[in-house]
Amino acid sequence: MWRDALLVAGKDLRIEARSKVALGQVVPFALVVVLLFGLALGPAVGRGSVLSQAAPGLFWVAVLLAAVLAVQRSFAIEALDGASDGLRLSGLDPAGIFVGKAAAVAGQLLALEVVLAGAVALLYDRHLAGGLLLAASCVAATAGLVAVGTIYGVVSSGARQRETLLPLLFFPMVAPILLAATKSWDAALAGTPGRGIAWLDVLAVFAVAYLAMGTVAFGPLLEDA
Amino acid sequence: MSLTTTPTTRATAAAGAGRTGADRPGNGAPGARAAKVEGRRGRRRSDVALTAVGVCALVGVLVTVWLGLWVTPPDRFMGNLVRLLYIHPSIAWVMYICYGVAFLSSLAYLWPRTRSLRFDKLAGASSEVGVVFTGLTLVTGSIWGRPTWGTWWTWDPLLTTTALLFVLYLGYLAVRRIPGEPEVCAKRSAIAAIVAFVDVPICYFSVLWWKSLHQPPSIADPVTGKTYIHGSMAWTLLLSFVSFTLVYVWLVARRYRLFVLAEREGDEGLALALAERRAESREAQA
Repeated sequence: MWRDALLVAGKDLRIEARSKVALGQVVPFALVVVLLFGLALGPAVGRGSVLSQAAPGLFWVAVLLAAVLAVQRSFAIEALDGASDGLRLSGLDPAGIFVGKAAAVAGQLLALEVVLAGAVALLYDRHLAGGLLLAASCVAATAGLVAVGTIYGVVSSGARQRETLLPLLFFPMVAPILLAATKSWDAALAGTPGRGIAWLDVLAVFAVAYLAMGTVAFGPLLEDA
Repeated sequence: MSLTTTPTTRATAAAGAGRTGADRPGNGAPGARAAKVEGRRGRRRSDVALTAVGVCALVGVLVTVWLGLWVTPPDRFMGNLVRLLYIHPSIAWVMYICYGVAFLSSLAYLWPRTRSLRFDKLAGASSEVGVVFTGLTLVTGSIWGRPTWGTWWTWDPLLTTTALLFVLYLGYLAVRRIPGEPEVCAKRSAIAAIVAFVDVPICYFSVLWWKSLHQPPSIADPVTGKTYIHGSMAWTLLLSFVSFTLVYVWLVARRYRLFVLAEREGDEGLALALAERRAESREAQA
């Protein structure tokens, strides 16, 4: 399974490296969202301003919006040229395909989060404290996001209206991630990482639950996609 | 309603279509006719049972309204607002039944030994009714919350989870509408139902902790326990639970039958059309 996962993740990342859709469209889109929040809630900056106070939440909303695009992209590349038939016929372990596709999206999202965190620190004037907790919650939250995203990506890939269906399925599902990741970032940035540990646990539980569900459910879903 | 009287088997549909009145059954092959008569008798019995449930539900709801609005006294603390509590908890209760049944029948569909499209239809019917009752729960809760808490909405764990349930299952219903082979759709929907259902407790507990970090839960249980659980009030509430559960059974059974009819229409519609077309050309030749 792990070898298959590596193969699929490598394939997806290679396609990304050549097409540069995430770099050229998803990352700029997330930056636009960060700017839009600034316009909606600004222009005051500095400690105590709305923007600075809401920075963790706004960061994660931007990540969520970008995550939908990344997941959509991840399944759009399978929709072309009968690629999904090829994937099904390849004899790869479905669980491996699930982990591989999720890992490829996770890699892209983590890179995006680094860029976005910089943008948020800069534009919303918020010092990024508690680096370890920030990074840990990024990893756990991203794992949960891509697990749900990959399950629903394959569920909605059969639909003709998948562009509109995926966000409807995805956002309510990941509401707990938004909540927990925001709280954990809040705690880290406020300099009280102890309060964030419980939220990190929520993120980890969510990620483990949906990664496990995805490895089981992906086979039957892919068969019929 | 004319669909309910169409022949039950495809053979009789094709044979019966020889006459122009295709919706008037009764001239199929003898064996098919016997099967049909048997089927119709079973249908009639379930029809009677369903109508009885419907009548009971209607009477129950009407009596609940009468008891709730006229017979029971106003509450000592909440005054007349308490009357909303005769329907709000029972609607919420039906909502839980809906999602519970949808979850269990999705599991039953995925379990190889109980795999049957009947469970898929049941899950679909139940979750559709569930979305309606979730909407009603939110609306009645808001109407009650405005005068009692002074706000239409509060980020209480129960409220927030209910709102998320509403959108989660709207998404599930959208998944059910993705076209495809019945078995494929059923499997996909069943997985989506389980994936969504697992999210509900996670939502609830994360919102619970989220709130508890902000402020102590100022709104404890919206049902203020002892104040109304006696005498006519208790009976009204009990009747309300029973009658809304009957409403649920009736709605789900109707919706289920609609699924069956829609499926049969798909199956038999083509056969009927073909038979009619052949009969036309035969008449033209004669």
